[in-house]
Amino acid sequence: MIRLEHVYVVMGLLLVGVSVVNARDASNRRRWNNAIFWGLYAITFLVGSRIPHFASGCLVIGMVLVASIGRLGQGTRESRTPAEREVSAARLGNRLFVPALTIPAVTLLGTFTLKHLSVNGVPLVDPAQITIISLALATIVALVVGMVMLRAPIAAPIQEGRRLFDAVGWAAVLPQMLAALGALFAVAGVGKVVADLAGRWLPLGSPFAAVVTYTVGMALFTMIMGNAFAAFPVMTAGIALPLIMTRFGGDVVVMSAVGMLSGFCGTLMTPMAANYNIVPAALLELPDEYAVIRVQIPTGVLLLAVNTVIMYLFVYRH
Amino acid sequence: MLTLVGILVVVVGFALRLNALLVVTVAGLATGLASGLGPVEVVSAFGKAFVESRYVAIVWMVLPVIGLLERAGLKERARAVIAGIPAATTGRVLMIYFAIRQVTAALGLTSLGGHAQMVRPLVAPMAEGAAEHRFGEIPEQTRNRIRAHSAAVDNVAVFFGEDIFIAIGSILLIKGFLEQNGIHVEPTHLALWAVPTALSAWLIHNTRLVLLDRSLKRELAPRTAAGSTAAPTTDSTTAPSTDPTGPTTGPAAGPTTEDAA
Repeated sequence: MIRLEHVYVVMGLLLVGVSVVNARDASNRRRWNNAIFWGLYAITFLVGSRIPHFASGCLVIGMVLVASIGRLGQGTRESRTPAEREVSAARLGNRLFVPALTIPAVTLLGTFTLKHLSVNGVPLVDPAQITIISLALATIVALVVGMVMLRAPIAAPIQEGRRLFDAVGWAAVLPQMLAALGALFAVAGVGKVVADLAGRWLPLGSPFAAVVTYTVGMALFTMIMGNAFAAFPVMTAGIALPLIMTRFGGDVVVMSAVGMLSGFCGTLMTPMAANYNIVPAALLELPDEYAVIRVQIPTGVLLLAVNTVIMYLFVYRH
Repeated sequence: MLTLVGILVVVVGFALRLNALLVVTVAGLATGLASGLGPVEVVSAFGKAFVESRYVAIVWMVLPVIGLLERAGLKERARAVIAGIPAATTGRVLMIYFAIRQVTAALGLTSLGGHAQMVRPLVAPMAEGAAEHRFGEIPEQTRNRIRAHSAAVDNVAVFFGEDIFIAIGSILLIKGFLEQNGIHVEPTHLALWAVPTALSAWLIHNTRLVLLDRSLKRELAPRTAAGSTAAPTTDSTTAPSTDPTGPTTGPAAGPTTEDAA
């Protein structure tokens, strides 16, 4: 059975490659920092499930120190000039899109078909992890298609992948780091403290005030936690169920559906939702790491207002 | 109250723009210590959570493929394709991607997109290409603004599309949470109540994309016409400041005519 663990090994080997290419790139002043950073990251994938959690924690802290105090650099060598790429693009034409579109196509195909496949009664793929394993398989298929089509040198994927890994830099690890922070927040009971404070200090005396507190509270708490899923149970148990539903007789379906979507408005406006907001800024090589958030704030604010109106109009009528 | 020290670290750290990785780590360690864990336990808890969420990073496996295709001219080709469509503008390219992304997400196909798989190699080059084709060479600031909009479209469309699909994580979370509190709800009803917000998100964000097209035209068209180098005013803040005019224009009143060539 293909499990997540197998995918982690592939990812680990890829990161080993990124680390080695970096170590050998003299055009990067900080090449050893990059090599150590990606190397440590590789270890967490290769053996992370087998070593004590304390050791993993130390590896992570090592990565943080290298990236924050040591800082990462970027190689300056381009494998091809823009002119060469233009020529290649003109020669290959729309065929170039085939491997790129293979990724979503095979991912989808995998999510629909892999759960039905089994060998001697054992599922071929861990049923709980179909989507992620499908994505991993899709990238491997796309890589094979791309290599055959382009007849690229065998080291090209690692070389080019390295270029992009370094462009993203430490932001690549931030989503995982925030997940770890969320876990520590949960252990420490941060959510409960915030809900208590909200309940004690906010004006909740009218049905309208309760709705506003809930929608805006969902957005704000999501901005702090970086994740509407973490905010939803806390805010709903703290404000929505006792007030909107029990005291003012609101409809639980409208309340929770629109409440969650108010949280999503918060997701658009916070660096804590790194994989949506900070990572793409790095991936698109934007100098301002908050550039994507800045663009999203008007939509987030307007849509939060709309959600509040929708909830107020419909939650109390049934 | 001491429990909230982590939140304080995060807010101050992000506001001062310190290295986010460092801020988050310090916040995590501080929260753990404040809640009474020992140093070793805190580091272990951190390591455990980090290792358990490695699946988040699997999306990076696409980078070698994307890099390989970029080496062969994928971005250049994406630009050339857009240059061959006279009606294409940055805003329209992004509106089409928004529609595709939101509708597919509503059908549960959230993996048909993403910043690494679609935005960097295809959507952003097409959106940039449309502007370049129309206005010639575009300033770096404007290019970055178009890229940021490309990433934002992916987010907004998927966030406010996926909740219409009944088997998505957020719907299941709501259902599970309410059941723990002794309330039974139908996922289909939850999904139905995601529709008004989805339509509003579409309307709001597409209006902003129409305004983006106008603002690009205002900023870039005179420059090409007069051949002057009039420096465009500062960047990403223009979009928010033009928003108040949104409700009066609406997407239907888009710049369908007299687009300067």
